[in-house]
Amino acid sequence: MNLWLPAASSNAPETDRLLWALLLMSCVVLALVFTLLLRYIVKYRATSPLDRGSVSQKTWRLEVGWTAATLVVFFGLFVWGADLYVRLFQPPQQALKIYVVGKQWMWKVEHAGGQREINALHVPLGRPVQLLMTSEDVIHDFSIPAFRIKHDVLPGRYEALWFTATRPGRYQLYCTQFCGLDHAKMTGSVVVLSQPDYANWLARNGDDSTLAAQGQALYMRYGCSGCHGGNGVGGGASGSTVRAPALVGLYGSPVALAGGTTVIADDRYLHDSIVMPQSEVVAGYEPIMPSYAGQIDEEGLLKLIAYIQSLAAQANP
Amino acid sequence: MNSTAADTDIAVPRGQTEGSYLTDGYSVRSWLLSTDHKRIAMLYLASITFFFFIGGAAAALVRLNLIVPEGLLGSAEAYNRLFTMHGVIMVWFFLVPAVPVTLGNFMIPLMLGARDLAFPRLNLLSWYLFMAGGVVTLWALFSGGLDTGWTFYTPLSTAYAKGHVVMAVVGIFISGFSSIATGLNFIVTIHQLRAPGLTWYRLPVFIWSMYSLSVLLVLATPVLAITLVLLAFERLFHIGIFDPAIGGDPLLFQHLFWFYSHPAVYMMILPGFGVVSEIIPAFARKSLFGYKFVVWASVSIAVISFFVWGHHMYVAGTSLYSALLFSILSYLVAVPSAIKVFNWLGTLHKGYISFDAPMLYALGFVGLFTIGGLTGLWVAALAADVHLTQTYFVVAHFHYIMVGAMVSAFFGGLHYWWPKITGRMYPEMWARIAALIMFIGFNLTFFPQFILGYLGMPRRYFSYPPEFQVLNVLSSAGATILAAAYLLPLGYLVWSLLYGDKAPANPWRATGLEWKTPSPPPTVNFLVTPVVTTGPYEYPPPERTSG
Repeated sequence: MNLWLPAASSNAPETDRLLWALLLMSCVVLALVFTLLLRYIVKYRATSPLDRGSVSQKTWRLEVGWTAATLVVFFGLFVWGADLYVRLFQPPQQALKIYVVGKQWMWKVEHAGGQREINALHVPLGRPVQLLMTSEDVIHDFSIPAFRIKHDVLPGRYEALWFTATRPGRYQLYCTQFCGLDHAKMTGSVVVLSQPDYANWLARNGDDSTLAAQGQALYMRYGCSGCHGGNGVGGGASGSTVRAPALVGLYGSPVALAGGTTVIADDRYLHDSIVMPQSEVVAGYEPIMPSYAGQIDEEGLLKLIAYIQSLAAQANP
Repeated sequence: MNSTAADTDIAVPRGQTEGSYLTDGYSVRSWLLSTDHKRIAMLYLASITFFFFIGGAAAALVRLNLIVPEGLLGSAEAYNRLFTMHGVIMVWFFLVPAVPVTLGNFMIPLMLGARDLAFPRLNLLSWYLFMAGGVVTLWALFSGGLDTGWTFYTPLSTAYAKGHVVMAVVGIFISGFSSIATGLNFIVTIHQLRAPGLTWYRLPVFIWSMYSLSVLLVLATPVLAITLVLLAFERLFHIGIFDPAIGGDPLLFQHLFWFYSHPAVYMMILPGFGVVSEIIPAFARKSLFGYKFVVWASVSIAVISFFVWGHHMYVAGTSLYSALLFSILSYLVAVPSAIKVFNWLGTLHKGYISFDAPMLYALGFVGLFTIGGLTGLWVAALAADVHLTQTYFVVAHFHYIMVGAMVSAFFGGLHYWWPKITGRMYPEMWARIAALIMFIGFNLTFFPQFILGYLGMPRRYFSYPPEFQVLNVLSSAGATILAAAYLLPLGYLVWSLLYGDKAPANPWRATGLEWKTPSPPPTVNFLVTPVVTTGPYEYPPPERTSG
């Protein structure tokens, strides 16, 4: 029986400290309650001749006292837990992005260089990694106990999870949101490699083309260039108006929508614009783009987004 | 405490001076069409006992499967259907109704000095709705079952799960109307049918907790009903509500579901608070410490519990700010629960404590509820929950509350009022042994699961990595002890129906109107309407005896 769980991410020791504090608090309260309970039931057992004296009728001082004490302790715990949690929402700017697609019942991982894995995730040591996750079917959950993190993986959405691995090794990966028949088989391992080993691993498993290059091939195959132009330069005149907006420099920049609102062209926006093009139409364009829902799978969408992202990088070197 | 007024204008109904509600007709019809709250409570008692053992059998098979890492049952499909069945039956057909429909149904009119509930026919209808829902759900479970878990998360339940999802949902939907009708009945009864002199602050805490519970039943259950209808519509007609592939939002389901299901947790535990608040003063021979604080703690739990549902969704993909808000509200709802524990301890202080079986169950409740409540603080802390949620830690936490504490309270209440309900005493020694075994068996079963959860073992796993085996075997071993503790009362309580000693009207020398009428009570409850002149729990210090 191994009662030790490795703490292999920068977040893990901090979460453990919180858990130890919770354990300590629980033991203190439990000791208090059980001591009083046992003391009273022995001391004041019916057969005990002990003189009980007078019983105070004024209870409100005690009541207010322990209510206030509980509130203060609870507020402290809230702040502590919240502080660590807020950091999970703040990935470093330079985090290495890796894409994860969950489906019944496997994890598919896509690296920017085109490397693909199934039920495994290789990450470098000491470098922040941000996972961008989506599901092809039901809700899953990507959980790495050694990193003390997990997050649900939803269909139709990108959910993010970030960590910095601090110990090389192989750690268990689970799906922790019940997802049907083989939920218990939807496991794998996260392998933390030193940076040189990671570079080797990338090189050994490298495809000929990067994720963006594969995306470019899809861009041509699905006829996106017909409206958005070769290399996403936009154009395609339709009568007096331009049919489709340019994609160069789009990623990460604000987009004015037909409704008057503005959104940032992030992964979610690009994803939804391909599968639900009518929902957020760019101001000044007709809603004529057909939906690709059901035609391009989640991995294909990731590749297209990677391609569009690469166009932005070219535009702003 | 309560003097009975010999009002001459209250006529004693036909032939009721000698018999009890049990001797008022022996035909099947006299039970199945009875509008007597006591007989209906007995119908419910038989029904929920049946459901409890069905749900328990499913749990036994779940624990059996987990003895070996690769899964002893050999079929993930069977395992998934078993834990779904366990959850569905236990939550909707045992835990939520258990105390209210049996002990509540029986005791509320007696504790109020009333003839019956406000709407006796509605009460009977509630039982039929409950049984109709139960039969439909059982049909779904036994004709092949379903593998969604009791939480029915979408789009798994609407687009991917095989099995009888809609039928199970229809069963739960029907039984929901039983909950709503019962809640309404209790609220009106408590408002309208209190005996002369029985003011709100003279009500036993059990009545207050039944009142708080009823408010939850009436306000939350309709939301569940709507949610289940939407689920069925999406599954049957592919109307996009929750499934993003057809334009829905999967998190919408979770919001709606937990908006019911979090208050549902308090529906399960509030009656437990009520039962224990009756038992502890009775066996400590002392007034309940901080009566008004205990009362208002129940009410505030009922109110705040509507605003904490989001703490089930810290890792589900909701916004950061909503998570922060739900975390602080979750700590807030824990305060009144803590207050209650301290008040029960305060009641013991300077008491004259005796250890009859009901008291043992009540003390067990306090211990298990404290552990369950404290671990609730772990999962309310945002970053801690990120690690612990969806693992066995959560399984252990909510079983401590819902099974450890709540079932202890149910058994405590059942033993406490058994003489009143049946007119028979149960065998005290056996009952004390059962209470003890239940406490030990429960801890053996569920304590290892806290450690499993910290180590990362996910819930709802048919098979698991071999390093978790030792703790799983421990847990399964504990479950056999727990099963024995549940079967024991079934045996000796049935025995006591036939051979138990005749119970006096007030075997515990307890306060409360229910003890002012014979055991078992006559059909009319009180031959003369009681008049209340004092508060509850006015226990005089016992006269000096050799003990």
